[in-house]
Amino acid sequence: MSNQLLSEKIKSNPKYAELVSKRSGLAWSLSALILVIYYGFILLIAFDPQFLATPLSAGTVTTIGLPIGVGVILSAIVLTGIYVYRANGEFDELTRDLIEGTK
Amino acid sequence: MNDHRNALIAAVGGAVLTLLPTMAMAAGDMGQTQQQATNWHAIVMFVLFVGLTLAITYWAAKHTRSASDFYAAGGGITGFQNGLAIAGDYMSAASFLGISALVYGSGFDGLIYSVGWLVGWPIILFLVAERLRNLGKYTFADVASYRLQQTPVRSFAATGALVVVVFYLIGQMVGAGQLIKLLFGLDYLYAVIIVGVLMIIYVTFGGMKATTWVQIIKACLLLSGATFIALAVLFKFGFSFEALFAKAVEVHPKHQAIMSPGTLVTNPVEAISLAMALMFGTAGLPHILMRFFTVPDARAARKSVFYATSFIGYFYILTFIIGFGAIVLVGGHAEYLDATGKALRGGANMAAVHLAHAVGGDLFLGFISAVAFATILAVVSGLTLAGASAISHDLYANVFFRGRTNEQHEVVVSKVASLGLGVVAVILGIIFEKQNVAYMVGLTFAIAASTNFPVLIMSMFWKGLTTRGAVTGGFIGLAAAVIMTVLGPTVWVDVFHYPTAIFPLKYPAIFSMPLAFAATWLFSVLDRSESARVEREAFEAQQLRSETGLGAEGAAVH
Repeated sequence: MSNQLLSEKIKSNPKYAELVSKRSGLAWSLSALILVIYYGFILLIAFDPQFLATPLSAGTVTTIGLPIGVGVILSAIVLTGIYVYRANGEFDELTRDLIEGTK
Repeated sequence: MNDHRNALIAAVGGAVLTLLPTMAMAAGDMGQTQQQATNWHAIVMFVLFVGLTLAITYWAAKHTRSASDFYAAGGGITGFQNGLAIAGDYMSAASFLGISALVYGSGFDGLIYSVGWLVGWPIILFLVAERLRNLGKYTFADVASYRLQQTPVRSFAATGALVVVVFYLIGQMVGAGQLIKLLFGLDYLYAVIIVGVLMIIYVTFGGMKATTWVQIIKACLLLSGATFIALAVLFKFGFSFEALFAKAVEVHPKHQAIMSPGTLVTNPVEAISLAMALMFGTAGLPHILMRFFTVPDARAARKSVFYATSFIGYFYILTFIIGFGAIVLVGGHAEYLDATGKALRGGANMAAVHLAHAVGGDLFLGFISAVAFATILAVVSGLTLAGASAISHDLYANVFFRGRTNEQHEVVVSKVASLGLGVVAVILGIIFEKQNVAYMVGLTFAIAASTNFPVLIMSMFWKGLTTRGAVTGGFIGLAAAVIMTVLGPTVWVDVFHYPTAIFPLKYPAIFSMPLAFAATWLFSVLDRSESARVEREAFEAQQLRSETGLGAEGAAVH
């Protein structure tokens, strides 16, 4: 089968539309999420630094700002983990089905 | 205030969230440092590192035959290895010493910097990495020009890549000279020349294979060195963070203020603008994007971002612990302070280095100094290779010869280009020795976010993009980022010494990046030419390849 024909067949396969919409849906929602987390953190620092200075519990010098800051770092790792888990599992399988099923 | 200011001016590697208007932004900038006594432990360990990497370069040279070997290590790097190499490419000596210095000087504020340097990575994964891998061959210009006219788009993309590489190299070379003068007691001139010669050897002989392994080894050394320091600090406090922080609050001149945001973020517009440059600029750095062509497929490309994000995030958490460790174990200890008894001996950037001595003695101090040197080499080698590939693959082979040249010629040109870039980097390093280069990393990220990133994203996601839109919009973004930085406080006031800045912000990305997107959109929409129609039609086929990987460059078979 020529590449041209294969491409045409893949494009008309409903699984292609499903793959594209599912993967971009996940990619854009996770992008939005990391933007909200990061810019939320920056705006919190700019507008309410006192909140971040709240002690974690009564009498500690550790403030609430520390777990929040470290949490932003960890959230970046967790979100990339979620994306890789789904893309390398579910979406790659869908891609394989799509290509094999079309050939 | 002086300690704080020094820490910031020194805050290197573009530890860049300096938002207090009076503070110099610091980036790759070690400030002017004092030459120290010759450090033999460090020199011996550094010689061992150089010996090992040269042996690897020799091995890599024997296995580097094709253009694919040279630019992309034959596509044979695994996701895990590439994750380490990316981390090695990205974690500069400056960020290690600069961020820990910033934490030492002002505590919590250092964490704000670290976060900014990390959050670009998820964006690279979600939007860029796998599409880039599926569409490109060796450079991001492959992707930007995929369905557009080769000559104008490649020329533009190569220009964007080279501008970023050269600015980044200047910052790194000057930082390297100052750092080595400080750590090894070597003269600035020799330091810059040693860095230049080694990077030329790695890149011209070993290509991407040698560069990758230099970066992997450096990442392992840096991560294990930093882990050891952090564990040693925590050990002294029974692994209790509260105990560490309590002691730090007790001995630090600012006391409880180090546990919350200080004076770093005062202007939200500036903060958002810098945040944009860091986040999206990371996704427009040519030496980082190039790393995605070294893995066999999109699957490995994705994995490598996950590993890289984990390593880099872990490293930034370590630098935070190291900064606090330095407050307790270095600050207030006379042997680490200068004659005034207030500032650190050798400058604020020495916090992590003195701490290495405090927890591990002379030998470990030598190890950490050698790691800092290795770190610089790994970063400049990646940059040089990216610059050389823009010259040989994009400009020479695809623009001047329109693809009518052979791989062997292309690789030779690439090697000559690496040599040329290395020489230029050394010369610029010497010229800029006494200059204030604090603005350099900020400028680099602003350009990457306003030039390379918009064109790359729009070429992958927007059907309507045309050659005219990409080139015009991209150059507008480049011009805007450069002009706004020059007219802003970091260059107009700090370098040219005019009393007031013409453009109010230090970081232009909040204006220059949307401007680039808007201009690219406008000139594409207005483009009614026949070629524009063909380019829009070609989007579907491009999208099919970028989504499924069908037709993507495979790993070379050996």
